[in-house]
Amino acid sequence: MKNIKFLIIGVVFGIILSKSEVVSWYRIYEMFKFQSFHMYGIIGGAVMISMIFMQLFKKGTIKNYLGENIPVKDKKKGVIRTLVGGTIFGLGWALAGACPGPMFVLIGHGITAILIVILGATLGAFIYGLLSKKLPH
Amino acid sequence: MEFISQPWAWYVAGPMIAIVLLLMNYFGRGFGVSSNLETFCTIGGAGKVSGYFKKDWKAQTWSLLFVVGIIVGGYISSHYLMSGDPIVLNPETVSELTELGFANAGESYVPSEIFSTENIFSLKGFAILIGAGFMVGFGARYAGGCTSGHAITGLSSLQLPSLLAVIGFFAGGLIMTWFLIPLIF
Repeated sequence: MKNIKFLIIGVVFGIILSKSEVVSWYRIYEMFKFQSFHMYGIIGGAVMISMIFMQLFKKGTIKNYLGENIPVKDKKKGVIRTLVGGTIFGLGWALAGACPGPMFVLIGHGITAILIVILGATLGAFIYGLLSKKLPH
Repeated sequence: MEFISQPWAWYVAGPMIAIVLLLMNYFGRGFGVSSNLETFCTIGGAGKVSGYFKKDWKAQTWSLLFVVGIIVGGYISSHYLMSGDPIVLNPETVSELTELGFANAGESYVPSEIFSTENIFSLKGFAILIGAGFMVGFGARYAGGCTSGHAITGLSSLQLPSLLAVIGFFAGGLIMTWFLIPLIF
């Protein structure tokens, strides 16, 4: 039951992604065509404000619910994994018009076909897991 | 109520997403979605095939609940918080899409040309849906994160791997949108 708060945060996140039209395929197309500022504003705005939070985590001004400092985890390093993996992700993002968060939002919107996209994404994660030791990172 | 039913502007949504990141961190967890795809594999028994998936998925319950919440949030929005007005797209986007064969761009959230239920049962339609998903899932796990983990968490904490990943996200997205989508449709 202590995890129920993550469900509630998820609900809030799902509502934000819906109400700001981030879950719309058209908004993603428009972004990659540089025909609207909307998506850049959202991602850029989220990054800017998060940057302030990250600084406050580092300084220990904002502590977690236990009163401890919040560690900022290092991302896995690797030029190939990030550039190649990122490019493959981008191809899928633009075609599906949805990254992983919005995919789940669209289930809530009653879009049955998104289940096939999520099935594909799970399959993709599975194949990555199988190949992870053989792929260059 | 006017505010609730209208689409939210970028300067409302951007900071709100940052607050989601703040709340996740406050409660001792990171902000990210794509790692759940690996958890689905583990739950589905992928640990029998590869040691990569031999994990205790119950330790990820918090993250799975986050995803359940996202679905519920989508349901609540689409049922109670939508105005039903079309999405106000750039007219240029609409006319380009019409030329590509996408009718009524912006009238709904997703184009029926890709997401109609009938498409699941056609070879091309199914291939597009599963292929797009595959690239998202494979790419996100290879890169080590998606938009939430890399673009927002990673960029805001000034991490180089995330900058490279986001450059990749955009390279792939531009190639798909400018060159491949006109070939596919």
